[in-house]
Amino acid sequence: MITLRINGLPVSVEEGTTLLEAAQFIGFPIPTLCHMEGLTPYGACRLCVVEIGEEARAKLVSSCTYRVEEGLQVRTTSSRVLKARKMILELLLASCPQSKTIQDLASAHVINQQRFRQEYEDCILCGRCVRMCEEQMAAKAIGFRGRGEKRSLGTPFDKNSEVCRQCGGCIYVCPACELRCTYTTPEQAICGGCQNISPPCIEKEMFHDTMCYMDPCVACEIKKD
Amino acid sequence: MEKLQSIDEFQFLHDRLIAERDPDSPTIIIPAGTCGQASGANDLIRIAKRELLNKKYTDTIKIRITGCHGFCEMEPSILIEPSGIFYPKVDAKKMVHIVEAVAKGDVLKDLLFIDPKTENPIERQADIPFFKKQVRTLLCRNEKIDPIRIFNYIENDGYSAMARAFSSGNPRWVIEEIKASGLRGRGGAGFPTGLKWERLANQPNGNGKFIVCNADEGDPGAYMDRSLLEGNPHSIIEGMLIGAYGTGATQGIIYVRNEYPLAIKHLLIALRQANQLGLLGEHILGTGFSFDIKIVRGAGAFVCGEETALIKSIEGKMGEPRQRPPFPVEQGIHGQPTSINNVETWANIPIIIGLGAREFAKVGTKENTGTKIFSLVGKIKNTGLVEVPMGITIDRIVNEIGDGQIGQRNIKAVQTGGPSGGCIPAGMFHLSIDYESLAKAGSIMGSGGMIVMDEHTCMVDLAKYFMGFLKEESCGKCFICRKGTQRMYEILDDISAGRGTLEHLGLLEELGSVVKDASLCGLGQTSPNPVLSTLRYFREEYIEHIQKKRCPAGVCKDLITYVITENCTGCQLCLKSCPAAAIRGEKKERHRIDLQKCNKCGVCKSVCKFDAVETR
Repeated sequence: MITLRINGLPVSVEEGTTLLEAAQFIGFPIPTLCHMEGLTPYGACRLCVVEIGEEARAKLVSSCTYRVEEGLQVRTTSSRVLKARKMILELLLASCPQSKTIQDLASAHVINQQRFRQEYEDCILCGRCVRMCEEQMAAKAIGFRGRGEKRSLGTPFDKNSEVCRQCGGCIYVCPACELRCTYTTPEQAICGGCQNISPPCIEKEMFHDTMCYMDPCVACEIKKD
Repeated sequence: MEKLQSIDEFQFLHDRLIAERDPDSPTIIIPAGTCGQASGANDLIRIAKRELLNKKYTDTIKIRITGCHGFCEMEPSILIEPSGIFYPKVDAKKMVHIVEAVAKGDVLKDLLFIDPKTENPIERQADIPFFKKQVRTLLCRNEKIDPIRIFNYIENDGYSAMARAFSSGNPRWVIEEIKASGLRGRGGAGFPTGLKWERLANQPNGNGKFIVCNADEGDPGAYMDRSLLEGNPHSIIEGMLIGAYGTGATQGIIYVRNEYPLAIKHLLIALRQANQLGLLGEHILGTGFSFDIKIVRGAGAFVCGEETALIKSIEGKMGEPRQRPPFPVEQGIHGQPTSINNVETWANIPIIIGLGAREFAKVGTKENTGTKIFSLVGKIKNTGLVEVPMGITIDRIVNEIGDGQIGQRNIKAVQTGGPSGGCIPAGMFHLSIDYESLAKAGSIMGSGGMIVMDEHTCMVDLAKYFMGFLKEESCGKCFICRKGTQRMYEILDDISAGRGTLEHLGLLEELGSVVKDASLCGLGQTSPNPVLSTLRYFREEYIEHIQKKRCPAGVCKDLITYVITENCTGCQLCLKSCPAAAIRGEKKERHRIDLQKCNKCGVCKSVCKFDAVETR
């Protein structure tokens, strides 16, 4: 067993446990996006960063990939961590505003501004689908290609993959397209944020449970464009 | 070539080669690295050979074709041994005269290097300020060695350090020597090499260990690793042999970028020759120690210089960094312990073992020992590779070795460390060059790129250039690095186009600090440096772009206009060269630019012989 301190609290876990698992074990929530139980940790979204080490040597690491070390000091909500998390969420919101998962994360972290030029991307390249396809479905039908801004996801040469069984696992795990906001179609709406807009763009009475706290509602902004 | 069976046989070969050498016979040395060849060294070689054959000098005069000597500004150059005479900027005609002069033992006074300060010709290379003020431990070997001849290397005490390490019979001694030398990794991070090797040596042997030479030099404007690989490939092989002996590594890999064809060619020849001579392979020199080196070619991704991405690339996977720990010394290539060192680090190893750690550590400062090669480029008189002791001030490199500014334009900053580095303003040139003080100033040592900038360099444009490079070269795995660099580029683009606001500056700083903090690998963690350091030292330039919509350096296209001043003589040269047909005017009358048509390409400014075109 390895003993470390998370936010000052001692915790003993088995060797090989990640910081994320250890923190969840004693009940400190850490937001995640690319992480998914059952898939190998990837460390791509950087939302789960935590601060480790002391003073000058303190640094941020992704808790989903970092393994516990004896005597490690971990802070899951230091100001440095929160600043990074908020900026990452702001960037996510600027690129992929339709995702319900991202909207929820953003509202939970009280992101009330978005200072970048709005983009509407469908994929945040978190790699959940790639790992799902390879590790759980044993198909390896999709993968990453390119680097930097040209990085993208798909089947080889964008042709129908022979190994794809069309199981839909990739769609199921996608945080960008699962529960996608349906803009202003009330019958399908799941977010309810639109009713906070003034003047309201849809009939308010259609919504009883407000789930989305986005202000302004990005979905409505899209509609306007 | 016969295989050498023992250290004694090697020693015998070494002594024989030295005895056969005639130190007084004149030799014409032609540097023909990639840079030399580009400036015409191949023609000089052909002419020199033809002259020697035609005039029957082949018995008396030798030719040696070497790698780059470092003085790029004066290439193609010729060096004569043993007199040490240096001829800069040689062309075909001059070459014929030089061969004749060498045969007669003359010096061609009017072809010599002219000291720009005193305007006196300087005869010997060693007296030229550019060379005189350097400490050329690594680079001076380039001019002595023909890289494709192993005997040439052995004759110059090559592989002697390896023989010394082998005859010590104690691998630990090698590691202790490297530790005592204080050598720090030359790839940029400055991790003590001895410590890394000790960790590798302490790993259980299992299925073998790897040592890797990282020759994936991708920084724009940096080429010191290339010149070492091209000019002295055996020193890298010797360094790796010593490293393998010390750490117990069984396989060596040189990861070299495919953009360096000459370096790969010379390495392949060197590896083949070392193999034939029994310096690589099984049972080297009868010691029972086996080691082999293979070459892996990089496919051109900048991020593959990062060690965990490099490992993935060697394994044949996509070049993406991963979380450390586990460090490569614990789990590297195929899960085996791996030590990755930079080309320049490997080149230093034979020198440390040959000279002794204590002698090596005398150069430089206490924490930063030895010499470092910088590629000095940009707006400076003497561009080239300079090798200086660690701890020297930037001012000495720029003003003494580099000979300072060109013309009237004041130097305003140097950019060190490539795209991940930062700018250091002229006011801080008293800073000594070592890992710590550069990091404190917001830059990094990096692998040794040093770009000098003057008043005609726009800092916003510079930051934009590097950010554009990084947004393309980020692997894209971690979101904050991929999007962060893209967004920083977007904001910089806005500022340079006059769409910026003052809030953008705060946003840039905030975003930069998060990208630095939260990124996975070294590329991401250092990527905001160009933006943050220019914002720190040249904020007023940014503000001028935003508030006055003006680019003080006259670079940002959207913020400048081209104007023809009274200096115009009406020669019509700009009029004829303008691709947009935006210039009008009669002969011998002042021309005018139609701003509606002008596409700001700048051709008029570059062709004007009277400095009559200005940017405002």
